[in-house]
Amino acid sequence: MEAEAAKLIGAGLASIALVGAGVGIGTIFGNYLQGALRNPSAAPSQFANLLLGFALAEATGLFGLVVALIILFVF
Amino acid sequence: MIGAAYAAEEAGHGDGHGGGTGLPDPMHQFEIKRLINLDVFGFDASFTNSGLFMVIAAALITLFTLFAMRKGALVPGRLQSVAEISYEFVANMVRDNVGTAGMKYFPFIFTLFMFVLALNMLGMVPYSFTVTSHIIVTFALAAFIFIGVTIIGFWKHGIGFLKFFVPSGVPFVMLPLLVVIEVISYLTRPVSLSVRLFANMMAGHTMLKVFGSFVVALGLLGGWAALAFMVAFTGLELLVAFLQAYVFAILTCIYLNDALHMH
Repeated sequence: MEAEAAKLIGAGLASIALVGAGVGIGTIFGNYLQGALRNPSAAPSQFANLLLGFALAEATGLFGLVVALIILFVF
Repeated sequence: MIGAAYAAEEAGHGDGHGGGTGLPDPMHQFEIKRLINLDVFGFDASFTNSGLFMVIAAALITLFTLFAMRKGALVPGRLQSVAEISYEFVANMVRDNVGTAGMKYFPFIFTLFMFVLALNMLGMVPYSFTVTSHIIVTFALAAFIFIGVTIIGFWKHGIGFLKFFVPSGVPFVMLPLLVVIEVISYLTRPVSLSVRLFANMMAGHTMLKVFGSFVVALGLLGGWAALAFMVAFTGLELLVAFLQAYVFAILTCIYLNDALHMH
């Protein structure tokens, strides 16, 4: 296989990491909504934690994107 | 991403266009340009667009806080309210996560939060430059925090700070494994802290650029749908710009809390 083609395939495979971020963000917002509907009065106090969890979960997927970009541009 | 920026420059022959596809190169926006050439003892210390935006961010924060608080009125006006809200926001963050012992480090956390926030928000201005989309900038910030927090930990607890790496209440046979895991997880902190901010900013701006080029490519007839996406994504990116500054500051608080109170 040509090195260039292998590079592109590798970058594509590395961006599969974003699947995990999608699942994570879905879990966070889904569970927040579930909890908020059960106990709406407690929901606002947990909003900061929701955003923190969202940012942390999103970042793990972006690590995979960084790997993809490193494969594409650095090597 | 300096390497990527140079690679993009090479690929696009410096005109900001990727070869063949006809779409603008999304990496072109991260290119570092020298504004004033400086050479300090053989080191390239040129004043770049990155440095320029850092100076703008620092000047904006300083001028904003000074101008907003110039009267110091008991009943704050609009601008003074914004300054007080940002102060209270960070002060509460430090109090909640570190406790009153951490208020000594409040000025640093406040500066850090405002600086990262200003850099992220300046990056959202069209044709500007996002300083935090370069890993060397975020890594320098994160490494400074990591080293500072470790020094605080050893200063506060002496050699007893090493107990931080020994989890309590685990069987003795498990300890060799767990200590190694704890040490590794401690050492990867600056990496994860810097890569999180850098990856978010870079991925967001690349995405905006790619979708923006779709708007142009689809033209007057079909571009409206893509333009609507762009508006939504710009809103999301503003949220992310704030959130990442918040996460950066709150994780600094959490690391500081570990150093001051050991779990």
